[in-house]
Amino acid sequence: MKLSRQEVLHIALLARLGLNEAEVDRLSQQLSDILDNFEILQQVDTGDIPPTAQSIDLQNVVSDDEVAPSLPPDQVLANAPQKEDDFFRVRPVLE
Amino acid sequence: MEINQLTIHQTHDLLKNRQISSTELTRAYLERIRQVEPDVHALVTITDELALKQAERADELLAAGDASLLTGIPMVIKDNMCTQGITTTCSSRMLENFVPPYNATVVEKLYDCGVVVVGKANMDEFAMGSSTENSALFTTSNPWDLSRVPGGSSGGSAASVSAGECVYSLGSDTGGSIRQPAGFCSVTGLKPTYGRVSRYGLVAFASSLDQIGPITRDVTDCALVLNAIAGHDRRDSTSVPQPVPDYTQCLNGDLTGMKIGIPKEYFVEGMQGEVAKATRNAIDQIEKLGASIDWEVSLPHTRYALAAYYIIAPSEASANLARYDGVKYGFSYQDTTSMWEAMEKTRQYGFGPEVKRRIMLGTYALSAGYYDAWYLKAQKVRTIIRREFDEAFEKYDALVTPTSPTVPFKIGEKVDDPFQMYLSDVCTLPINIAGLPAISIPAGFANGLPIGMQIIAKPFAEETILKTAHAFQQVTEWHKRKPDI
Repeated sequence: MKLSRQEVLHIALLARLGLNEAEVDRLSQQLSDILDNFEILQQVDTGDIPPTAQSIDLQNVVSDDEVAPSLPPDQVLANAPQKEDDFFRVRPVLE
Repeated sequence: MEINQLTIHQTHDLLKNRQISSTELTRAYLERIRQVEPDVHALVTITDELALKQAERADELLAAGDASLLTGIPMVIKDNMCTQGITTTCSSRMLENFVPPYNATVVEKLYDCGVVVVGKANMDEFAMGSSTENSALFTTSNPWDLSRVPGGSSGGSAASVSAGECVYSLGSDTGGSIRQPAGFCSVTGLKPTYGRVSRYGLVAFASSLDQIGPITRDVTDCALVLNAIAGHDRRDSTSVPQPVPDYTQCLNGDLTGMKIGIPKEYFVEGMQGEVAKATRNAIDQIEKLGASIDWEVSLPHTRYALAAYYIIAPSEASANLARYDGVKYGFSYQDTTSMWEAMEKTRQYGFGPEVKRRIMLGTYALSAGYYDAWYLKAQKVRTIIRREFDEAFEKYDALVTPTSPTVPFKIGEKVDDPFQMYLSDVCTLPINIAGLPAISIPAGFANGLPIGMQIIAKPFAEETILKTAHAFQQVTEWHKRKPDI
């Protein structure tokens, strides 16, 4: 199976991942090779086998609704690239 | 023996008997780090100041008789576990300057035991890799041969224990990232059952597979560290509320009546002859200890595990790593007014090649039109692989395999061929797919290079694994060999 440059660019857009020209070429080749090796999966008869999302039996874990202190805003924002007052500063979403 | 090659239990005896203080011990380890780090490059951050402060506190606890077995003992933490006030880089440009505002639960638990943290360990970026060559910061060398890789992704954690830079370390294991480097560096590394150890504060890679565990100099140490870090945590909803036994109680050397299976599919095509031979010899030793061995076990779907893993793990990674958008923390591209451009460039410059490859692979497998054929298919194969293990554990207490198909490979040997690199995890990743516990212990050498053996058991049967591995170490000396560095 061959992943075209166009497909690579489409996936990169979905992942919001910027790629330069060389990366697009390289990924097109490498992902095609990797997926070729994984074609083997299609040989497995999975008829009515249910999918496994995780391997333990826990389901719908809920915790008690307890009041507890949160991190103070200055600590939450300590790593923010841009901030204003007690907020993360972001670029305009609607232009 | 040199002080910097002693186990936790040996070091604890020295501390308890006042033959050395934690401060003296810590200084000795920091000196050792200064000596070998220019060759090994295991540590991203050396935390001298914190270490000496913790050692002072540990000496107070020791003087007051309030010491635990881990009190005052120098250790290293993989750099994907949050340490408050200390950078947690994941060996990525994306988090190069990230200083967490809180501690991971495992870190908190170890601090409560009075441990001494001497450093944060190098790793493959975001734990994606099998050699530490994917670290965006530098590559770690194998203490047994500096021209070779220490394995990965917990390569720095394993190399630092092997090179005597700490007594033990914490690693994380998504597809073999504790066991494969433990095998490559000839140390003992345990991946506990999925849900046994809290992952709160562990930077997420593949959430249905990730697990934290100890890397140590022997099995007793492994049990001691597991005692300290295991257990339910309300801050990690995937941690299991099951009581934590004292894992040292099962270490009695007696394997009489134990049934052990050897799945033949794990002696894969392309496996080095010395690795297969060393593993078979080690299994003969286990038989002499009283266990019965069945060499004819078959887990036929093992051959599909690699493909299933490398669809599932990147899919989960692509979702987990969506959080790196340059807004809340981490690297942030600033030179634009466009929100989308900022996000795309942040991720373009912040992530290295393997991380990008996996984000792309995972996004593809989850995308419209491909989800059923790839992601859902891999999840169904995952069910078949789990069921095969379930059936095997109805007949056997444990399964034994090689840890990796090869001895440590040369730095640079596999970097240009991602699929060859992925094959390095072929014996370890089925265990994560099924959520099982497994250990790697030293089982021999080929031309001076370490060979690891893997012991696997059913969920929450860490005691079976530790008991078997401990009995093996009572009658063998492989784990006592130290690199000449």
